[in-house]
Amino acid sequence: MNLQSSANEPAIELVGIDKKFGAVHANKNINLSVGKGSIHGIIGENGAGKSTLMSILYGFYHADEGEIRIQGRPVSIRDSQAAIAAGIGMVHQHFMLVENFTVLENVMLGAEGGQLLAKGVAGARKELKRLETDYGLEVDPDALIEELPVGRQQRVEILKALYRGADILILDEPTGVLTPAEADHLFRILQVLRDQGKTIILITHKLREIMAITDTVSVMRRGEMVATRKTAETTVAELAELMVGRRVLLRVEKQEAKPGPVLLSVKNLIVKDGRGVTMVDDVSFDVRAGEIVGIAGVAGNGQSELLEALAGIRKPVSGEIFIDGKPVEAADPALLRQLGLAHIPEDRHHMGLVLKFEEYENSILGYHHDPRYGRGAMLDLDAIRRQAEEQIAKYDIRPPNAQLKTANFSGGNQQKIVVAREIERDPKMLLIGQPTRGVDIGAIEFIHRRIIEMRDTGKAVLLVSVELDEIRSLSDRILVMFAGKIVGEKPSDADEQTLGLMMAGIAA
Amino acid sequence: MSTASVPLPAWINYGVIPLLNLVLAFFFSGLVVWAIGENPFDALNFLIQGALGRGDAIGFTLFYATSFIFTGLAVAVAFHAGLFNIGAEGQAYVGGLGAALVALSLDHYVPWYVTMPFAVIGAALFGAAWAFIPAWLQAKRGSHVVITTIMFNFIAATLMVYLLVNVFIVPGKMAPETRTFLAGGQLPKLDWLMALFGLKLGPAPFNVSFIIALVMCYLVWLLIWRTKLGYEMRTLGVSPTAAVYAGIPYVRTVIIAMLISGGLAGMMSLNAVMGASARLQVEFVAGAGFVGIAVSLMGRSHPVGIILAAILFGILYQGGADLSFEMPNITRDMIVVIQGLVIFFAGALEYMLRPAMVRLYQTATGK
Amino acid sequence: MEYFDTFVSILGSAIRLSIPLLFTALAGLFSERAGIFDIGLEGKMLASAFAAACAAYWTGNAWAGLGAGIMVAIIFSLLHGFASITNRGNQIVSGVALNFIAAGLTIVLGTAWFNQGGRTGQVPPEGRFSGIVLPGAEMMRDVPIIGPLYANVISGNNILTYIAFLMVPLSWWVLYRTRFGLRLRAVGENPGAVDTAGVSVVWLRYRALIVTGFLAGFAGTYLSIAQSAAFINNMSAGKGYIALAALIFAKWKPVPVMFACLLFGFLDAFANFMQGKSLPMIGEVPVQIFQALPYILTCILLAGFIGVARPPKAGGVAYTKER
Repeated sequence: MNLQSSANEPAIELVGIDKKFGAVHANKNINLSVGKGSIHGIIGENGAGKSTLMSILYGFYHADEGEIRIQGRPVSIRDSQAAIAAGIGMVHQHFMLVENFTVLENVMLGAEGGQLLAKGVAGARKELKRLETDYGLEVDPDALIEELPVGRQQRVEILKALYRGADILILDEPTGVLTPAEADHLFRILQVLRDQGKTIILITHKLREIMAITDTVSVMRRGEMVATRKTAETTVAELAELMVGRRVLLRVEKQEAKPGPVLLSVKNLIVKDGRGVTMVDDVSFDVRAGEIVGIAGVAGNGQSELLEALAGIRKPVSGEIFIDGKPVEAADPALLRQLGLAHIPEDRHHMGLVLKFEEYENSILGYHHDPRYGRGAMLDLDAIRRQAEEQIAKYDIRPPNAQLKTANFSGGNQQKIVVAREIERDPKMLLIGQPTRGVDIGAIEFIHRRIIEMRDTGKAVLLVSVELDEIRSLSDRILVMFAGKIVGEKPSDADEQTLGLMMAGIAA
Repeated sequence: MSTASVPLPAWINYGVIPLLNLVLAFFFSGLVVWAIGENPFDALNFLIQGALGRGDAIGFTLFYATSFIFTGLAVAVAFHAGLFNIGAEGQAYVGGLGAALVALSLDHYVPWYVTMPFAVIGAALFGAAWAFIPAWLQAKRGSHVVITTIMFNFIAATLMVYLLVNVFIVPGKMAPETRTFLAGGQLPKLDWLMALFGLKLGPAPFNVSFIIALVMCYLVWLLIWRTKLGYEMRTLGVSPTAAVYAGIPYVRTVIIAMLISGGLAGMMSLNAVMGASARLQVEFVAGAGFVGIAVSLMGRSHPVGIILAAILFGILYQGGADLSFEMPNITRDMIVVIQGLVIFFAGALEYMLRPAMVRLYQTATGK
Repeated sequence: MEYFDTFVSILGSAIRLSIPLLFTALAGLFSERAGIFDIGLEGKMLASAFAAACAAYWTGNAWAGLGAGIMVAIIFSLLHGFASITNRGNQIVSGVALNFIAAGLTIVLGTAWFNQGGRTGQVPPEGRFSGIVLPGAEMMRDVPIIGPLYANVISGNNILTYIAFLMVPLSWWVLYRTRFGLRLRAVGENPGAVDTAGVSVVWLRYRALIVTGFLAGFAGTYLSIAQSAAFINNMSAGKGYIALAALIFAKWKPVPVMFACLLFGFLDAFANFMQGKSLPMIGEVPVQIFQALPYILTCILLAGFIGVARPPKAGGVAYTKER
C-alpha cells in the first residue's frame, strides 16, 4: 500500500463548480482534488450541497460554471453516458436497480455487448467472476434483486459500476440502509478497491464513517466547500464544528424547568421503515409536563421514525406508548390529536402543509373536525379565516395574506404557519421535528421562543433536531440516539464534544 | 430553473391556457372539416345556428348539457380526491335502473313531484352501488380504479342488456325496453322557463332534471369547498402524505368520494330516462359518461366551469346534428372527434403550452 | 359425434375471435412493460382497421392495407407518446382522447369518402386476407378426431392468424433475449436504472410505443380485411378493452397473454353459440354472463384473489430525473 505517492496524483479535480437553482445557490465555487487510489469523504449536513455536486459529476445536472478534470484532462459530462465513459461510477442512495431482474441482468443493463443478450451473457458471467475474485464481491449472478438483502443489493450497484470500467466510484450515503455489520463489510470492500487503485468518493453525514475509512475528507456547508483535511490529522470534534459552522448562538433565555407528572411515556418501542429495516430499536423514555426533552443524533439514526410512530403516522412493530398514563390503542393521528398531542413534522412540504392550499386552509389541517371551525359537516370559512388572520398577526407571518397559496410563502413563514397551527391549539404535548430546517435566523429565534413558552406553561415537549446547537439551547434533558437506540442521556449543559462522540456511536 | 414551479396568475391558468387549448382543438377539428372538402367556418356557423338558433334547438342543447353536468360533476368529485373515475358511463347506466324502478312502481299512484325525490335517491343509490366495488377494490386491495371502472362499464352494459331483454321487456314487444312511464313517472319539460325568455321549447326534452343538475352543482361546490369531508377529499387528492399526517382515513375517504361520484353519475339517468324517453332503454347513456371526462377536464373540476363546459358540449351535440343535416358530408360523429381533440389538448397536453406561457409572462412582466 | 363437431366449430370460431385480441394484447404488452399505460388500444385498433380497409379498397392489395393499418396505428401511438412522454401528460387521459378521436374520425372520414353511413366500400377478394388451406387438410378430414381439428381449426385460417401465433414466441424472444427487450422491461420497472446506465428513457419508450403501434396495426387490419370485407362503424366494439383485460389477466407476460386471449375468445365464441340455446340440466344460461366473464375475471384477478397481478412498477408516471 503506497498511499502517499499515488495520492499526489489527482484522479479527479473540480475547479470552480457553481450551480444555482433559481434563488438557491446549491454549489458555490467548489474546488476539490481527489488523489488517485484514495478514499475521500465529503461530509456535510442535509442541504449542504453534497448531492447536487455529485449529480453534476454524474451528468444529471450541468454546472453553471466550472470545470471537471479526470486524470488531468478536462471533460464535459453532458449525461450519465459521458460520466460512464469518463470512468465514473455511482452508487446511488436509492439503488438504481430493477428489482425483478437478476443480478446479471442488472449488471448488463446498458452494457449488454450487442443486440442479442446471448452474446454478452457468457462474457458478463466471466467478468463478474473476475470482479468477485479480485475484490471479494461475491454475489450469485442468477439471484433476483428483490430477494437479496439490502447489503447485497448495494454490492450489485458497486459491481455495475466496476463492470462498466469505473475507476472513480462515488457512493452517496451508502450506509443509510445498512446494518452495522453490513456497513463494516462495505468498508472492507472499499478498502480492497482502493488498494487495487480505484478512487473512491464517499458522501455521508456520519462522522464515524469518515474517521473509520477515509484518507482525506472535505466538509461542505451551505453550498460551500469549507475545508479539506487529511483524516489522520483531524478529529471528530473539528469536523463536527466545521459542518455546523460557528454560527452566532441564539441562546434563548429560559428559567429552570419545573417538571411535573409524566405525560408521554414510551416503552420498548420497535419501529421498522418501509423497507423493513429496524429503525427504532427497543426505545424507552418519559417526557414530563413542563420540560423539553431533546433527541440528538445524526440524521438517519431512527429519530424520524420514532417521531412518526409517536404521532400515529407509522405503526410500531411492538412496544407501548402511554399518554397521561393511558396506553394509546391505535396508530391514528386524529385520535392522538384529541388526546392533546400536537405534532410539528420534520417535512413541512409533504406532511405539515398542503402547498397547493391557501394559507387559511392549512391553518386547520388535522384539526378540521374541531367544532370551532364549523358545526356538523360544514366548515365555517369566516371563523377559519378570522383565526388564520389572528395567527398571521401574532406570528408575524409574511405576507399577511390568509388567501395566498401556501407554496408562495418562504420557508420560514411556512414553518410559522405550522408552528402557529400546532401551538395555538393549546395541546398538552408537543412533538417537534427539525423546527428550523430551512428557516431564516429571525424566524428561528421566534420559533425557539415559542417552544420555550410552551414548556413554561406546562406542556411536555419532545424535540428532534439534527442541529446540535438547537438541541443544546432548548432542551432540559438530552437523549442521544444512535443506530435506533438511545445510547445515553445528558443534561442540557453537556459539552459538544461528549455529545458528538455519543452521536457518532463511539462513547456513551 | 424549470418552468414547472413558476406560479402563473389564475387568469392565465384558468382562463388563457384552457381557452388556447380549446382553440387548438377547434383548429384541428377545422382541419378535418377542411380535409373532407367543406368550409370550416360555414360548418361552425351551422353548428352554432343549429344549437342556439331556435327555441327547440336551445332546448336540445340544454337537454344534452344537463346529462353532461351530472357526469362532469361525477368525474370532478372523484378527481378532487385523486381518483380517476372512468366508470361514469356504467354508473349512469345502472343508475337508470334505479330511476326506472322508482318510476315503474310509483307512476300509477302519485304525481311526478312525489316520484321525483324517490327517483333521485334511486338513481343515485344505484349509481353509487355500481361505483362501490371499484372503490372498495382501490381502497382495500390497491386495484387501480381506472382499470376496474372500465371493466365495470362493460359489466354494466351486459347486465343491463340482460335485464332489459329478459326481465323488463314488455311481453309481445321486440324492443328491449321497459313500458312507457305514466305522467307520474316522468319529469315535466321546462317550457315555462323557456317561455320566460320568449322561446318555444317545441319537441325538445329539456326538463326538470336541469334544475336538479344545477342544485347538484351547488351541492358539489358546497361539498368540495365548504364541508369537512370535501376538505379531506381535497387534501387526499393533492397530498396523500399530508392526509396521513392529518389523520384523514384513506379507505373511508376513497370509498365515500367514489360513492358520491357514482351517485352523481347515476342521476344523469333522470334526464335521459325520466325526462326524455320515459322508459329505460338499451344504451341510453350513449357516451355521456365519457363526455363527463372532457367536461370535467375543461371545467377544471369546478362546478361553474363544468356548467360552461357542459353547455359547450351540449352545443356540439345538438349543433352537430344540424350540421350533419346541412352538410351531409359531415356526420354527427364529428362531435366525437372534437370531443377527443378537446380531451387531448385540454387534458393530455395541458402542460404543453405552460412553458411558453411562463416565458411570455416573464417577459411581459419583466421578471 | 355431433357434440364433437359442435365443439370443433366453436373452437374454430374461438381462434378467429381471439386473433385481434392477441395482436392488441401483445401491442399493449410492449407499451405497458415500458411503463406507458395504454387504454388507447381500442382506438388504435379501430383507426388501423379503417386505414387498412381504405387502402385495400383503393389498391386492391391486402398487403397495402396491412401497411396502411400499421402506419396509422403507429401514428396514434406516437401521438400518445407526444402527450405522455414528451409533454408528461396523463397517460389515461391521452388514451381516452385518442379513443374518441379514432371513433369519430373513422366515421367522419368514412362517410365523406364512401357515403355509406360510415362503412367503407366492399373490399375486393384480392384486397383481403383469405383462408389458406394447409396441405393435407382435405385428406385428413376423415381421420377421426384429429382430422376435423386439423381441417377446421388449424387449417383454413388466413395468414394473419398464423402471424399472430408467431408473434407470441417472437414477442417473448424480443422481450427476454434482446438488448432492446431487456432495456424495455427495465424502463417499465425503474427508469432511473436505465437513465443512470446511460440509456435514454424517452427514446426507449418511444420505440416501445412504435412496436405497440406496429402490432395494433395487425389487429385492426385483421378486423376489417381478414375477418370482414369492409370497415364498419365502431367495429372494434370494445375488443381493445378486452385485450387490455387479457393483458392484465396474463400478468403482462407474452405466453400467458396468448392463453388469456384464447380463453376470452372462447368465451365469446361460446356466448355466440349459446344464443337462444339451453344447456342440459342447467337450462338457458344468459349469454351476457359469457360476455361479462372476461371483465369479471380480470377484476377478481386485480383484487388479488387469484395470485397477484403486479403491474410494471413505473407504469403511468412520466419520468423525472431525481434531484
